Amino acid sequence: MPESPSPTHGYPGRLFVFEGLDGSGKSTQAALLGKWLQAQGYRVFFTEWNSSELTAATIRRGKKKNLLTPTTFSLLHATDFADRFERKILPPLRAGYVVVCDRYAFTAFVRDAARGCDPAWVRNMYSFAPRPDCVFYFRVPVAVTLQRKVSSRLKINYYEAGMDLGLSDNVEDSYQRFQTRLKQEYEQMVKTDHFTVIDSSRTVETIQQQLRGIVRPILDNFPMATRLMHDGG
Amino acid sequence: MTAGRTYGTRLPGLPDRPLPGKLIVIEGADGSGRTTEVVLLREWLEVEGHAVVDTGLRRSTLVAEEIDRAKQGHTLGATTMALLYCVDFADQLENKIIPALSAGATVLADRYIFTLMARAVVRGASRDWARELYAFAIQPDLVVFLEARSEILLHRAIAKYGSLDYWESGMDLSLSRDLFESFFAYQDRLSKEFAWVGTEYGFHRVDANRMPEKVHEDVRALVAPLYAAKGHRSPPAAPVSRPRRPAASA
Repeated sequence: MPESPSPTHGYPGRLFVFEGLDGSGKSTQAALLGKWLQAQGYRVFFTEWNSSELTAATIRRGKKKNLLTPTTFSLLHATDFADRFERKILPPLRAGYVVVCDRYAFTAFVRDAARGCDPAWVRNMYSFAPRPDCVFYFRVPVAVTLQRKVSSRLKINYYEAGMDLGLSDNVEDSYQRFQTRLKQEYEQMVKTDHFTVIDSSRTVETIQQQLRGIVRPILDNFPMATRLMHDGG
Repeated sequence: MTAGRTYGTRLPGLPDRPLPGKLIVIEGADGSGRTTEVVLLREWLEVEGHAVVDTGLRRSTLVAEEIDRAKQGHTLGATTMALLYCVDFADQLENKIIPALSAGATVLADRYIFTLMARAVVRGASRDWARELYAFAIQPDLVVFLEARSEILLHRAIAKYGSLDYWESGMDLSLSRDLFESFFAYQDRLSKEFAWVGTEYGFHRVDANRMPEKVHEDVRALVAPLYAAKGHRSPPAAPVSRPRRPAASA
């Protein structure tokens, strides 16, 4: 069975990461890419940020009562991510799956930095997470994400708006300021973390075609599901 | 007065002014007599007229339940477990230890970051990772390490509980299927890690193979100088605080 380890993290699987602000369209694209990969015959594993059961209740409780400080907030998310990583991301990566992550450690880097945590401390905490084969960063103006929120009548939640930072008493105003900070943090990582920037102002179809074009060469010689499970497939 | 400084990482929300209280840490394995010593020390300090707040591991309201549940299920990975303990510690540091120190109290910690670091490293974490993870902790005025031989720890555990604890025997590490063998192998590894942590963070070792009264005498001798000159601290020796390693450039 041909298993070419990834040059970036050394595991036989491949790791694709989607990052960007809420409302940048990354989740839609990640889901579409996953579908396509599956249809191509690859074994695909899909995972989202903050979906482990371990600390979900604590995070919910902590958020409701505003018990969390930047440090505990950061640590809880790291714990949650570690649990997901150790149980759900690493095994398929080692088994040679294509793992698609809707948000990864970079989400923590931007949020924790915006809340005032020491960036070097945060990076160290997540050093168990390997570098992905490709990080798609969905670049979008903050005003557009706010517009999407308002027009879809989604309620902006307390932490999403960074209300815990005391930037403003007005939710929309606080949201705008907080998301602007997050965007600044993301933009700084474009170079240092080798992000592939995706201009999210285009149509869903155009963006998806671009993503497929980028992914194809990375999956050159990568075994399909049938090859993983049957000899001579 | 506690320097009020951390081991190198900025702690968001930490007041700029110095913390007037004192932070005294008692470290040591299970059965080293830590809890007894904390009781004796507290009694003595209070009689001397100091306000004392005690603290220990796994006492935060935030995640203590999750930790208990995780331990019963034995399903968490080593990194996750290490981080979960760190959340618990951070919550107590911010909500209990720092407020008490700000109010001028003496905080007696029955274990601190050192146990957590040693446990994490024994379970596969790198020393650098553990050191940096806990670099937001406040530097104690004094760390006392109660040192006892593993045979003595074993006898004390059996006398107290009638058996050995799964976690204190490191059974999760699969060192041996035999509880006793595992216990000795685990304690051996832990004490190696404590040796490293102790040198790095300036532990004051106390021979804990002896009777509690003898141990307490030695601990008092270490603690007394902290209160010597009115409100000014003159610890027996300044703890060694290594500068943090430079951040890895991406």
